[in-house]
Amino acid sequence: MAELEQGRIVKVAGPLVVAEGLARSRMYDLVRVGDEGLMGEIIEMRGDRASIQVYEETEGLGPGDVVVSTGAPLSVELGPGMMGAVYDGVQRPLDALKVQSGAFLARGVSAPGLDREARWTFRATVDAGDRVEGGDVIGIVQENEVIALRIMVPPGIDGRIGEIGSGTYTVEETLGTLVADDDTEHALKLMQTWPVRIPRPYRRKLSLAEPLVTGTRVIDTFFPLLKGGAACIPGPFGAGKTVAQHQIAKWSNAEVVVFIGCGERGNEMTDVLMEFPELTDPYSGQPLMRRTVLVANTSNMPVAAREASVYTGITMAEFFRDMGYNVVLQADSTSRWAEAMREISGRLEEMPGEEGFPAYLGTRLAAFYERAGKVATLGGPLEADAEERQGSVSVVGSVSPPGGDLSEPVVQNTLRVVKVFWALEDRLAYERHFPAINWLVSYSLYLDKITPYWREAVSDEYRARRDKCMELLQRESELAEISRLVGVEALSPEEQIIMETAKSIREDFLQQNAFRDDDQFTSLVTQDRLLRVILLFHEKALQAQAEGAPLKEIFDAPVRERIARAKYTTEETDVFSQIESDIETQLVADGGEAGEV
Amino acid sequence: MTTRDIVGPLLLVENVSDVTYGELVELEFPDGTVSLGNVLEVNEDVALVQAFEGTRGANPSQTKVRFLGRGLTLGVSRDMLGRVFDGLGRPMDGGPEILPDVQRSIHGSSINPTARDFPDDFIQTGVSSIDGLNPLVRGQKLPIFSGSGLPHNQLAAQIARQAQVIGGGAGDFAVVFAAMGITFEDADFFMTELRQTAAIERAVLFLNLADDPAVERIATPRMALTAAEYLAFDCDMHVVVVLTDMTYYCEALREVSAARKEVPGRRGFPGYLYTDLATIYERAGRVQGRAGSITQIPILTMPEDDKTHPIPDLTGYITEGQIILDRALHRRGIYPPVAVLPSLSRLKQKGIGPEKTREDHADLSNQLFGAYARGIQAKELALILGEAALSDADKAFSAFADAFEDRFIRQGEHEDRSIEETLAIGWELMTLLPRTELKRIKDEYIERYLPGGAETAEETADAEEVTAAP
Repeated sequence: MAELEQGRIVKVAGPLVVAEGLARSRMYDLVRVGDEGLMGEIIEMRGDRASIQVYEETEGLGPGDVVVSTGAPLSVELGPGMMGAVYDGVQRPLDALKVQSGAFLARGVSAPGLDREARWTFRATVDAGDRVEGGDVIGIVQENEVIALRIMVPPGIDGRIGEIGSGTYTVEETLGTLVADDDTEHALKLMQTWPVRIPRPYRRKLSLAEPLVTGTRVIDTFFPLLKGGAACIPGPFGAGKTVAQHQIAKWSNAEVVVFIGCGERGNEMTDVLMEFPELTDPYSGQPLMRRTVLVANTSNMPVAAREASVYTGITMAEFFRDMGYNVVLQADSTSRWAEAMREISGRLEEMPGEEGFPAYLGTRLAAFYERAGKVATLGGPLEADAEERQGSVSVVGSVSPPGGDLSEPVVQNTLRVVKVFWALEDRLAYERHFPAINWLVSYSLYLDKITPYWREAVSDEYRARRDKCMELLQRESELAEISRLVGVEALSPEEQIIMETAKSIREDFLQQNAFRDDDQFTSLVTQDRLLRVILLFHEKALQAQAEGAPLKEIFDAPVRERIARAKYTTEETDVFSQIESDIETQLVADGGEAGEV
Repeated sequence: MTTRDIVGPLLLVENVSDVTYGELVELEFPDGTVSLGNVLEVNEDVALVQAFEGTRGANPSQTKVRFLGRGLTLGVSRDMLGRVFDGLGRPMDGGPEILPDVQRSIHGSSINPTARDFPDDFIQTGVSSIDGLNPLVRGQKLPIFSGSGLPHNQLAAQIARQAQVIGGGAGDFAVVFAAMGITFEDADFFMTELRQTAAIERAVLFLNLADDPAVERIATPRMALTAAEYLAFDCDMHVVVVLTDMTYYCEALREVSAARKEVPGRRGFPGYLYTDLATIYERAGRVQGRAGSITQIPILTMPEDDKTHPIPDLTGYITEGQIILDRALHRRGIYPPVAVLPSLSRLKQKGIGPEKTREDHADLSNQLFGAYARGIQAKELALILGEAALSDADKAFSAFADAFEDRFIRQGEHEDRSIEETLAIGWELMTLLPRTELKRIKDEYIERYLPGGAETAEETADAEEVTAAP
């Protein structure tokens, strides 16, 4: 590689620095700025002048200070040691920084993304002489009780294994060699690097079929997300967006979770950091952090690093996808990311698009969400009888629309590319309806794709029940307007029953308390069971009414309190059968002359 | 070195050398006045300087500019307690200069997210609408969203006066008060309130009043927080920082941005308003291994009571909740006029419950919220259809909403309710509702805490009849 090019600062304006003498550097090359070697990235070039976004506070920099180009783009280190780590937006491990500079982040401190000292036990799964290509698994590092890291040949090289040995290695040590057909030798290591702004390659994209189960009823039943899909949660502040995201991170049935705290509150990250180690992953019985990577770039940390953080996060997610895992990536919040883009764009004096956002906002957002997906990965299958290795990255991006205004550019550009929309609303939150997801505004375009899976794994009627409930909720909203004008009594008995059932769906199914142990997770089967109970009551109520039972008696049936509490009884199906038989007896018997049905 | 242009609060200085971004600048105007500024941008040999105390009396040819080779700092010391400073941290109470223990950059450094300790110590403010429903915890930032003419100052002063941590580990307490653009009267109100309870001895005040230079306001909250960080993390004190009024702060920021001809974001505020506000609000918190804490209560007046205005909107996205004051409640003579439904404390889950407050606190507050929301709905319905059209249950909720406003929200400006008193009022109000409606409270708590115990069901039936009577 050519010797490192050195330039000098001519201008400093906030996080943007302009330096001259960098004619041989390239766009998006990483540079070191000033005596402290602050990290920066070239984002514009005019002649030999480069505009650099600096990932740290720039106070104290001035014209004449040195800028050194590293000749390489901003990249992340991928390998063992990422699980449970907490990184900033450019993959500096915050724990290591704490050791170096204490509780407050000092400038210019740095540490490699992967620990250079740690030794990992590597078990080779290929032999010398085996033919391998990019993406092929050459061995396993059991990173912790939950995650087995599959060590892969980096994309883009192929050939025969020269030598390889099981043993303990640091991430930099050579554990084997790969000899290409032209006899060039590549060293194989536990670690590989990848530039964050370039999506990692795969063989082909696959269509989606399986749900990402979250245990949150309104999501799983009404607006499901598929593994490899993309969803958007907007939320005016106070609508419970963060809690909803934590729930997904805790409960979703993905093997790996990447959580990007992008320009959000410091205490929120702390909450994740303190809570996740305490939480047990319901699937493995191990602490949740064992399958989680955190990227934390809080709102008061440098804005340029915030811009980079989503790319850092998704590149890591793709790495685990390439091993054949299902990954869920949460970006909270993409609006802060967009604002970082806007801020940098403003400093570059670019002509703004809507609301001061750069004209390329839509393109960048779409390109980011397109990195979600289910793919057939590079390299061979994990099991001999499988055809290919599959992995997925599901992306849940939150947006924070100013003033809750969904017509603003970030939301609009996001909705053009995502298939699921969970419309959190502050009005529902005020009523303490949590999760405050508006059932009339939200949507999932995956319903038809998921139905075959539901039929197989849950029940044949699940989809029909779900649709029936949606219809009742829709009817309720129409009837509510009428009843507001002329009073509930003006509605027909059938309509009043619809109103009651819809209320029951809202209160006894949609509402879910994330902080109650017996309510935070409901399996798909139990969700279906709950719907069945609610709809049975509806059906029997209509029947009893038709046979002359007074509405008041139907609505006051003692079993209704049991229905209301059914969601807390978790996975015991006995309870549901009991309630169902109670519905049968109470609604009919109380009807007097109705008799047996 | 020559000054070329003077535009609003900005000076463009040419032929400078060795100037750095953010450097502190001393300006000497032709009439001999000396003031401070800092470097906003440096481009080769041209520096853009923002004058904290305005540019009145400056002219291009005779203004002297000295670059001081360091950023803006504040000399901090324990002796600051009980003192009053101007918006740039210079004593203005006639007392001696502070002998600083250490000089600190007013911009501070971000707390490493992994070094934060989660705020979970309940602070009893003695105000039911806060303690009962939207509790404040140590290290939280909880703003008061208000409007002109509403008693936000009284409420902030009441919190500053009464705030205490119940149980052990009360610790040393201090109040840091930063005034930005408020009137002398408002500032005087706070000082008088603090003096009356001798709390002034534990307070540090930074005052930039309405007739002080607007640009100075950009430095004032940072001065205050630098002092607060020293008291909290060097002297192990629990510091409550009151920042008032953030609206004027943001307007000062807009003034500078406009003078720089930057591309504006919403309502003319600069695109980096969120990031800028975050550098203030995020300085609240607790740090592992240090005893102290910084709790922030920023106050902002919403233009036209509009919560979607960029200042309250962006603030709400950074802070951990908000206490919103309501004009209608205020007109009805209810103090404090806390709009309970849109108010929120995001950290309350961590600060309440057994060993912090009481086991039933979370369920009770959920039920109070839900019931009040339903009561308000019922009252709106009654407005259109008349009282008679309401169902019995709705009538009960409507009566509950009135009683809730009158007994739970309303309290005296000097009434300091313990958390037990607050919860007791809440439970008393629960008796106005049919027991079957108490869906959000665990049965065991209902049995333990609902006045009347077992016969409650009949009682509520009675209550229902009473409220149903015309």
